[in-house]
Amino acid sequence: MPIITYREALNQALREEMARDDRVYIMGEEVGVYNGAYKVTKGLLEEFGENRVVDSPIAELGFAGIGVGSAMAGLRPVIEFMTWNFALLAIDQVVNSAAKMLYMSGGQFNVPIVFRGPNGAALQLGAQHSQAFESWLAHIPGIKVVSPGTPYDAKGLLKSAIRDDNPVVVLEGEMLYNTKGEVPDHEYLIPLGKADRKRTGTDCSIITSGKMALVAMQVADLLAKEDIHIDVIDLLTIRPMDVEAIYESVRKTQRAVVLEEGWEVCGIGAQVVDYIQRECFDHLDAPVLRVHQADVPMPYAKGLEKIAKPDVAKTIAAVKQVMYRT
Amino acid sequence: MATKIFMEALSPTMEEGRLVKWNMPEGAAVKSGDVLAEVETDKAVMELVARGNGILRRQLVAEGVTAAVGTLVGVIAAADEDIAALVSGAAAPTAAVTPPAAAASAAPTATSTTGAPPAAPAPPAPASSGPTRSSPLARRLARESGIDLGAVAGSGPAGRVIKRDVEAAVSGGGATASAIRRLPSAIGAAGSEYTDQPLTQIRKTIAKRLAESIGPIPTFYLTAEFDMTRAVEMRAAMVAQGEEYKVSVNDIILKAVATALAAHPEVNAHWLGDKIRFFNRVHLGMAVATDDGLIVPVIFDADRKGLRAIAHESRELAARARERKLKPEEYTGSTFSVSNLGMMQIDQFTAIINPPECGILAIGALDDTPVVVDGALVIRKRMRVTMSCDHRVIDGAVGARFLLDLRRMLENPLMLVF
Repeated sequence: MPIITYREALNQALREEMARDDRVYIMGEEVGVYNGAYKVTKGLLEEFGENRVVDSPIAELGFAGIGVGSAMAGLRPVIEFMTWNFALLAIDQVVNSAAKMLYMSGGQFNVPIVFRGPNGAALQLGAQHSQAFESWLAHIPGIKVVSPGTPYDAKGLLKSAIRDDNPVVVLEGEMLYNTKGEVPDHEYLIPLGKADRKRTGTDCSIITSGKMALVAMQVADLLAKEDIHIDVIDLLTIRPMDVEAIYESVRKTQRAVVLEEGWEVCGIGAQVVDYIQRECFDHLDAPVLRVHQADVPMPYAKGLEKIAKPDVAKTIAAVKQVMYRT
Repeated sequence: MATKIFMEALSPTMEEGRLVKWNMPEGAAVKSGDVLAEVETDKAVMELVARGNGILRRQLVAEGVTAAVGTLVGVIAAADEDIAALVSGAAAPTAAVTPPAAAASAAPTATSTTGAPPAAPAPPAPASSGPTRSSPLARRLARESGIDLGAVAGSGPAGRVIKRDVEAAVSGGGATASAIRRLPSAIGAAGSEYTDQPLTQIRKTIAKRLAESIGPIPTFYLTAEFDMTRAVEMRAAMVAQGEEYKVSVNDIILKAVATALAAHPEVNAHWLGDKIRFFNRVHLGMAVATDDGLIVPVIFDADRKGLRAIAHESRELAARARERKLKPEEYTGSTFSVSNLGMMQIDQFTAIINPPECGILAIGALDDTPVVVDGALVIRKRMRVTMSCDHRVIDGAVGARFLLDLRRMLENPLMLVF
């Protein structure tokens, strides 16, 4: 199976969907001539032309709104935000237009749009450019949120997102674009709303998504050497969440750690813990613990940034705590 | 000035007490001498009285919880008095086993140098008593396997009982094995062969104190002299009916003991360390001397067998015992035993209890003895029996009541036809 980068996998997904359906177009800052700030749209302008790969001005609210309108009119736009930090300027179009239109039009207008771009902290980009917005977006009824961690997942989920008739937010990872993984030659889709078991184990569940799925897999591999076997549940789709996969795993392992990139308060992990306590209460042998970013704006200083981020060591410590191995 | 309420030693031997009931709610005004709570000691339910005036600010031990003597169970103080330091020092009952003064002496370092409020309460120490901390899974597993969580030692943080503790208790492994105690709902099902009774405080105290005094089995002896005249007459009458009806006096004794045991399960029991098993069936051991030594074959369900069956079975078992042909299952499982040295002309003796049984009856010789009956001196067939009793299970009066019934049956053997 070919090994390609996360960036190339997304590029393949866009190219395949644009070739398959001429209603699909891309719009965003630097997506055309510059081939994308992170080169995800490389070569697409040449291949599909200016009508389908549209360089926008630096005006997130404006091009997001154009995207929503064009989707209502029958196109299938893919709106690229240079990062989700910048998308805050466009949040009104995401939350108030895209997410609400089907409901408020009484089912007359669906909005088949994809908002995508890098999410979460990279390295030393400062507090304003190092934020993970999963919980902001997943909070909203009317949009779906996916967060792929591997090239395979990125391609399969983006293709499904483009084909979905509802607004879908795709949270990519700036630090992931260069990561590599196996992606098959043949076409495939990953269904929205289905989690993926990345490692199979019986001792503790780690429920996670996106970039943190890679951390969870590292944790599982390290702990396997200590004869601790982790069930890694990569949610893939944060909304709608595959709760059955969570229940099945936690009922098996009887303990869980929820790992996420964002902040603690009202985070994705809080929601996962809530599902677990309601549905798996009698199966729990320990409180469910969470690993997340420290509850501070992301520090710029390298050492402080490292301390603030969730990582392998913190996750291992949490796993050992729920296993009473400390 | 705040007044600490301690679990007091309400009996001379009390080491811990169960707080049965708070008579006053938090916030109630109390004055010295008011009865604050009822406490079950090792002997009785006693009153815990207030030693100061004020408001009952905090109840630190919940109803139903057992706390060691010296444990801080509550605080009386003025309505606006800061009692945080007192309460935080209380922590779990084990912490309070150390006199509270020790906990208090740890604080001054922080307060005297900085003047800051006392440090945040330390995490509670593992609780030796008090509400059992447990994971939901541990609770479910305990429920499913009929284990009382309160009797399982927790290995998790702050003594939390977790899955591995329950599993260890169920499998009987580890230190918690002896802590297994069946839930009341799990015992005494209709028609079961026995009833398990968890040890009460008073039973625990009796067991502990008496075992300290004498051996691992604190034994005492009850001796009674029975008039066997009628039993001997009955036997003679039966023998006269022919070989088929030939029974021994010992057979009549076995039958009477079995019948009396059926009416007295309180002496038909096994001591199992953390509980007493009272049997609803009577499996009677009979000591048989062989060339190799003593062996005790068992007449199972002896209370349900007639005299003829017992006579036949005892003869047959004794014969095979002497030939060393008993199978292991034929000399295990007895619930009470009888040892008879009467045929060896022993007037009376004490037999040693065969654990986990709790009693054994030693039968002495049958002798013509002058006794006074209705003011006249007459010669009667008399026999002395001595019952060895495990005092952890059988108290003197309990053993005596059993012997009283046994006496009635042997002195009026027609009762055995009932």
